Amino acid sequence: MISKTLEEAKADVKAGIKEAHEHAEAHFGGKGLTDPIPTVEDKWKLLPAFLKVKGLVKQHIDSFNYFVNVDLEKIIKANERVKSDVDPHFYLKYTGIRVGAPERPDQEAMNRLYTPHECRLRDLTYSANIYVDVEYVRGRQIVRRKGVPIGRMPIMLRSSHCVLTGKNELELARMNECPLDPGGYFVVKGVEKVILVQEQMSKNRIIVDVDRKGFVQAGVTSSTMERKSKTYVGTKHGKIYLKHNSIAEDVPIVVALKAMGMQSDKEITQLVCGQDSKYIDKFSPNLEECSKMKIFTQQQALDFIGSKIKSPKRSFGPGIRRPPAEEALEVLATVVLAHVEVHDNNFRPKCIYVAVMTRRVVMAMLRGDLVDDRDYVGNKRLELAGQLLSLLFEDLFKKFNTDLKMNIDKVLKKPNRTQEFDVYSQLLFHGDHITAGFVRAISSGNWSLKRFKMERAGITQVLSRLSFISALGMMTRISSQFEKTRKVSGPRALQPSQWGMLCPSDTPEGEACGLVKNLALMTHITVDDEEEPLVKLAFILGVEDVSLLTGPEVYLPDTFMVFLNGNILGITRHSKQFVAAFRRMRRAGRISEFVSIFISDHHNSVHISCDGGRICRPLIIVENGKPRVKSEHIEQLSAGKLSFDDFLRLGLIEYLDVNEESDSNIALYEREIIPESTHVEIEPFTILGAVAGLIPYPHHNQSPRNTYQCAMGKQAIGAIAYNQLNRIDTLLYLMVYPQQPMVKTKTIEMIGYDKLPAGQNATVAVMSNSGYDIEDALVLNKASLDRGYGRCQVLRKYATLLRQYPNGSYDRLADPPVHPDDPTIVQERFEVLDKDGIASVGERIKPGQVYINKQMPTNTSSDIGVNSRDPTANAYKNAPMSYKSAMEGYVDKVLMTTTENDQTLIKALIRQTRRPELGDKFSSRHGQKGVCGIIIQQEDMPFSDLGICPDVIMNPHGFPSRMTVGKMIELLAGKAGVLKGQLQYGTAFGGSKVEDMSRILIENGFSYSGKDYVTSGVTGEALSAYIYFGPVYYQKLKHMVMDKMHSRSRGPRAVLTRQPTEGRSRDGGLRLGEMERDCLIGYGASMLLLERLMISSDIFEIHVCEMCGLLGYAGWCQHCKSSKGMAKMQIPYACKLLFQELQSMNVIPRLQLENVF
Amino acid sequence: MVTETKKFKHNDTETLRSRVIVERDRVTSTASTDFPHNYPGVDLAWDFEKFKENFKIKINRLSKNEMEFDMVGIDASIANAFRRILIAEVPTMAISNVFVMNNTSVVVDEVLAHRLGLVPILADPTKFDFKAKDETSTDVNTIVFKLSVKCRHDPNAAAGETDPLKKYINSSVYSGDLVWQPKGDQLEKFKDCPIKPVYDDIVIAKLRPGQEIDVEVHCEKGLGQDHAKWSPVATATYRLLPEILVNGEIVGEDAVKFQSCFPEGVVDIVVENGVKKAVVVNPRKDTVSREVLRHAEFENKVKLTRVRDHFIFTIESVGSIEPQDLLVQAVQVLMDKCALVKRALQATLQTE
Repeated sequence: MISKTLEEAKADVKAGIKEAHEHAEAHFGGKGLTDPIPTVEDKWKLLPAFLKVKGLVKQHIDSFNYFVNVDLEKIIKANERVKSDVDPHFYLKYTGIRVGAPERPDQEAMNRLYTPHECRLRDLTYSANIYVDVEYVRGRQIVRRKGVPIGRMPIMLRSSHCVLTGKNELELARMNECPLDPGGYFVVKGVEKVILVQEQMSKNRIIVDVDRKGFVQAGVTSSTMERKSKTYVGTKHGKIYLKHNSIAEDVPIVVALKAMGMQSDKEITQLVCGQDSKYIDKFSPNLEECSKMKIFTQQQALDFIGSKIKSPKRSFGPGIRRPPAEEALEVLATVVLAHVEVHDNNFRPKCIYVAVMTRRVVMAMLRGDLVDDRDYVGNKRLELAGQLLSLLFEDLFKKFNTDLKMNIDKVLKKPNRTQEFDVYSQLLFHGDHITAGFVRAISSGNWSLKRFKMERAGITQVLSRLSFISALGMMTRISSQFEKTRKVSGPRALQPSQWGMLCPSDTPEGEACGLVKNLALMTHITVDDEEEPLVKLAFILGVEDVSLLTGPEVYLPDTFMVFLNGNILGITRHSKQFVAAFRRMRRAGRISEFVSIFISDHHNSVHISCDGGRICRPLIIVENGKPRVKSEHIEQLSAGKLSFDDFLRLGLIEYLDVNEESDSNIALYEREIIPESTHVEIEPFTILGAVAGLIPYPHHNQSPRNTYQCAMGKQAIGAIAYNQLNRIDTLLYLMVYPQQPMVKTKTIEMIGYDKLPAGQNATVAVMSNSGYDIEDALVLNKASLDRGYGRCQVLRKYATLLRQYPNGSYDRLADPPVHPDDPTIVQERFEVLDKDGIASVGERIKPGQVYINKQMPTNTSSDIGVNSRDPTANAYKNAPMSYKSAMEGYVDKVLMTTTENDQTLIKALIRQTRRPELGDKFSSRHGQKGVCGIIIQQEDMPFSDLGICPDVIMNPHGFPSRMTVGKMIELLAGKAGVLKGQLQYGTAFGGSKVEDMSRILIENGFSYSGKDYVTSGVTGEALSAYIYFGPVYYQKLKHMVMDKMHSRSRGPRAVLTRQPTEGRSRDGGLRLGEMERDCLIGYGASMLLLERLMISSDIFEIHVCEMCGLLGYAGWCQHCKSSKGMAKMQIPYACKLLFQELQSMNVIPRLQLENVF
Repeated sequence: MVTETKKFKHNDTETLRSRVIVERDRVTSTASTDFPHNYPGVDLAWDFEKFKENFKIKINRLSKNEMEFDMVGIDASIANAFRRILIAEVPTMAISNVFVMNNTSVVVDEVLAHRLGLVPILADPTKFDFKAKDETSTDVNTIVFKLSVKCRHDPNAAAGETDPLKKYINSSVYSGDLVWQPKGDQLEKFKDCPIKPVYDDIVIAKLRPGQEIDVEVHCEKGLGQDHAKWSPVATATYRLLPEILVNGEIVGEDAVKFQSCFPEGVVDIVVENGVKKAVVVNPRKDTVSREVLRHAEFENKVKLTRVRDHFIFTIESVGSIEPQDLLVQAVQVLMDKCALVKRALQATLQTE
C-alpha cells in the first residue's frame, strides 16, 4: 500500500516536472529553468573589429591626422596676421592651410609622387608641402594667393596624407611596402623614426598633494595656447597662500581673492567653507592675517601683489612702466590660472576657482585621505605625435612669421624701391626654416620650444626593426617624464587603475622599470574635442551658472559642482539624473563617444572631459543585469554586416576613460554580472599588450617571467616584414626558416605574428644531459642544426657618399688595380670588385677585401686653377672601404642613388648566414633564456619509442625556481596539437585546457602527463625516468658569440698613452682592472703585476739625470747640461706623460734614484 | 603468448634479468644484468652456440622506404650500435658543393645550397670513393648535376589566373629539375639505375618571371656524422617489446575500462558466461602510455614490462638505399670496425 502511494507520488512529481518543462517551453523559448543562461559567445571577435578601426598604432595615426587636418588650421587662425611696424597699411593674412601629397622635392622630376620605401633607400625625408592661402597688401591692392608652399612637413606613414593609406595588399606590394607594417612612424633622412607617446600630468586639473615638507598644496598646471604655468594654493604654518612663478612671494589667499575683487570676508568664507564650522575654524586665520596686513580693499590687495611681481619683459619698450596695481591685475587675469579666462575684467569665475582650490586644501588639511594620487592613471594624459608636432609647428611658424616680418620691415624701410614690394617672394624664400625645423627635431629627438621654455630630449627614437614585434612594441611604448635616477617607487608601481589600459607585464627591467610602459591591446587615446556643444548640452540638462550663486548654495550636500575639462561650469542639484542623461546622449551618438563624465563623491562634483590624451577602452554596456551585446550581434559582426563603429552607434558598447571606469561597476565575465553592474569586459586578455600577448598561458607564469619575455621577444630573430628582402637597413637579422608557434594566442593572430614569426617549434626534452646544460645552458642536436634549425642571416649595410668639395673636386670610384703585365691578375684584396669599383652582387667577400674602391682628391680646399699644370692639384688618394668581420659574407645588394642634395650615395648590403654555435642565445616564450652549451650528434641524443629525438635538451632545474608553469602547459598543448594536427591556443585567461590536452595525448597512445619512455642514445638502454618531451616555441635571440668573441695578444695602442686600445671594435686589450690588481697585490704576485701593468702594456725606457731628477736624452741631461749620472730605467709611458704634463703646468716632478739590489 | 591468467611474481630474478619494468613514475631494471656471476647459481657466460640458437631476426614489414623487424636475443649495446651506425656511419652521396652561375631568386645562395644539400640522391655510394679535401674531383668521387631554371609568364594562361603554378612557367623549382651530367664512364656504370634525386617533387625554390637559377652541383660521398644530409635514414630506431602482465581476472565494467587504457587491438573483451572479461591479445601494439597504471582499480593487478632483448627495430630510409640493404651495410660497418680493433689489438700484442 505504502509502496503504491510512493509510486504514485513519484508519478505525480514526474508529471509536475513535465508540466514545468512544458510551461518553460511555452514561456522561455524552450529553455528550462535549470538550463544555463546563454552567454554571448565569441565576444572576442569585437577585438579584431576594434583593431581594424582603432588601437595599437592607430592612435599615432589619429593624432597625426587630427594635427594635419584640424589643428593646423587652428594654429593658423591664432597667428593669422603679419603686420609691419614700418608701413601700417601693410598686412599679410593667412586664410587657409593644407598639406599636400608626399612629393619628391626635386623640381625637375617627372613623377613627383614617391613612396616611403624610396625614402628609406635614398635617405630622403618622406614629406609633403605645406600650402597656405594668403591675402596681403601689394602697393594699394589686396592680393589673394592660394597654395603658397611655406615648407615641408614629414608625413606619418599610413596617415591620411600618406600614399599607403587605403591601398590593398597588391598595391602595397608594388610600392615595396609590407601590408602588416603598422605605420605610425616617420621616415626622416632615410631613418624610420617614432615619436614616442609621452606621459604627463593632466593639464588644467586641480591636484592636491603633500609636498616634501608635509604641507598640503593644491596645484594646477594651466595650459592654454599662449601660456603654460603652474599655480599652487598651498599651506604654510597653517595658513593658505597662493604661489605662482610670476609673483616673487607667496600671497596670502585672502589677499589674492581680494585683489580679484572679492572684498567681503563673509563672501570669501562662504565660498571657501560653505556653512561648515570645521572648515571656517580652519580657514579663519587667513582672514585674520589679511586684516593684520591692513588689506581691506581690492586696491590695497593689488598694490600689495603689484609690489611682489617679478617684472616681466615688456614688449612696449623700456621706460614705460605701468603702476604696480595695474600690472598685478593683468598678471592675475592672464598669467595666474591662465586657463580660467577673464572676460571684461569679470573675475568672478576665477575667484570661485581659487575658492574651490582653497576649499580642497582646507578639506585635505582636515582629512588626510582627500589628498589626490598623482600616479593614478586618470590624472595622466598621453601626448602623441600630433600634439608634439603641433607644438613644434606653432613654434616654427611663429619664428617664420617674425623672420618674415623682419624682412618685410627691412624692405619697406627703404625709402624708394624700384619694384613694388611683393611679399610673395619673401614667403617662398623662407621655406627652409619650417622644413629644417621639422627634420632637425624628429631626427635628433630634441624638442626645444622657446615659447614654453620646453627642452626635451629623446622624444623620438629610431624604429627598432630587430623583429616585427620590436617594431610593434615600440609603437605602443609610453615614456614618462620622470627622471630615471630618482628612487621613488610611486610612479614605477603597478597601478590598479592601469587595468585594461596599460600592459601590466611589458616594462623594461632596471632603471626605466615602471616608467616606460606599454599600451594594452584594446585602448584608444583621445584627441581634443570641441567644448562648446558640451557646455550648451550641460546647461540644457539643468546646470546652473555658478556665478549667480553664493557659497552656501554651492556647497549644499546634494549640490554637485560640474566641471568641464577642469573648468567650473556650474552646479547641478540632480547629479545622478544629469550624468545619466548625459550618458544617454553619448550612447545615442549626439556627442562624441570619447567624452567622459563621472561623479566624484569626495568632492561632490561631476567631471566632464573631452580633452585629448586620455586613455580609454571599449566595454559592453550592461542594462538591467543583461549585456546589450547579444549573440545575434556577434553573428552579424562575423558575417560582416556590422562593424565596430556600428556597435558604438547602436549603443551596445561605449568607451570609458580611466576616471569614468572607476565610477562604473564592470563585470569581468558575463556570469559575474550583478544587479549593480554597468558594464562587462569584452575579453579579459585585452589587459595585456601586444608584446605580452605572445606568451602562451601567461596566467600560469610567475609575473616577472612574463616581463622578461616581453623584453626578450623584442630581441628574437625572425621575419621582419614582407619587404624585408628589399630593405637596406644598418643591421638586419632574419631567420631562414621561421615558423608560427604550435601554441598560439588570439593576440598572435590579431597582430599578425603568425605571418611574421620569430622562432621555431623545437622538440624539447626536459632532462639533464651531459652536464653541459647546467645554469640554463641548452643542448642542441647537431642534425637539427644541419637541417636548418636556428639558422639565421645577418645583413649589414655599408654606405658611403661620393662627396663634392667646395673647390669643385669630387670623390670617385676606381676599378680594381690590375697586374701591370697581365690584366687578368687581380690582387686578392680587390677580387670581388666589379669594373665599376663596387663589389658585384652575389660575390663571396672575405675579411679585408674591398667592396667600394673609393678615391678622394688630395686637395679639397684650395682652388684648382682651371688649367692648372700642377699634377698634384687634382691627384687622388685611395680611400677604399674594406670588409671587416670575422666571417666571410656575401654581397647581397648594391644601391647607387642620389640624395636630396644631389650627392651620390652608395650602399652595399653584405650578408652572413649563420648556423647556431656554442654560446648562441635562445629563449622560450616564458623568460627562460639560455645559451647553447654543447652540440650533440643525433645518434647520441635520447630517443622516444617512435624514434623521435629532441632538437633541444633543457635542464629541468630551470623550472622549480622560475615557476613557469605556462611553459609546461605550452609543451603539453603543443604535443597534443602535433598529434591531432591542429594548432592549440594558449590565450591568457583561457586557451586550450590541460585536461583536453591530456585526453588527446591518451587517445594517441601517449602518457597523459606528457612524459615519455625514452631510451638513451649512448647506451641504448632505457632511461630510468620518464622525460617531459614535446614541442616548445623557441626564439633565437640576437646575441650571438660571433659578434662578441674577442681576444688579442698584441695589437693597436692608443696614440697618447701608448696603452692598448679599449673595446672589441678597436681590437682592444682585456683590462686588468683595479679589483684584479687588488687580488694580485693581496696574493703577492708582484712580478705578474709588473708584467700586466707595465711590460705588456706601455713600457717605456727613459733616461733620468741622477743629479736633477729630470728626464733627459740618452746620456745627456739638458737641464744640467751634462752627461754625468744619467741612468736608464723603465717606466710606463703614461707615467712619463704625466711627468711632462706636470712640467707643462710648472710643476716639476723629480725622480730620486736609489740602488735596490 | 597469452600470459594474463598466470600470476606474475614480484621482481624475481628472471624478471630482473630479462625485463625492463615500466612502473608508474619510473623505469627500473633498465640496464642489462645478464653477465656471469651476477645472479648466484645462474651461469650467464656468453656462448656462441647459445647465441646462435636464441638470436632471431624476423621481418614484420618491408616497404620501399621502411622496414620493421624484430631482433631478439641480443644485447642493447649491439642493437644500439646498429642504430647509431645507420644514422651516422653508413655512407651516402649528397650534394656538397654548389657552384652558382646565376641566382636571381629570393632564395639566397647559401640557403639554396643548404636546401640542395638536403635533397637525397639516388646513387649507390658503394660505387664511389670518399673525396679527400685536397683531392680533385673525378668520376669516381663526384656526381655532377646541373640545375638551370628560368621562370617566365605562361602565354597560354587565362587572363585572370592567380595560381602561380598555372600563371607562370617554372614558378617552382623542384628537385626533379636537377639534371645529371654523367662524367667519365658514369653513364655506362649506372645505366641500369641512372643517378637522380630520390624524389622529384621537393620544392627547392620558387621563382617569378625574370628570375632564374643556374647552378652546377657536385655530390660527394660522406657520413651522417659529418652532416645530417649524408645520413641514409630519416631515422633508425627501436623499441622493446611491451608485455602486459595481469594478476587475476579483470571483468565487467573494469574490463572495458582496461581495454580503453590501451590502443586498439591490444586488449580484447571476451564474454564468458555473460561476464565481460579482458584478455590481452597483442601487447606488441601497446605504446606503453602507462595509462593503466593511473587507475586505482588496476593497482597491483597489472604490471607492465618490456622484454629487454627483444628489439622492434624500425629503419626509415630517406630513399637512396633500400632499408634491407641499409641493415646489411650497417652490419658490414660494424664488422669492419671490429676487424680494425682486432688488427690493432693484434698489432699491440705483437709489439709487446
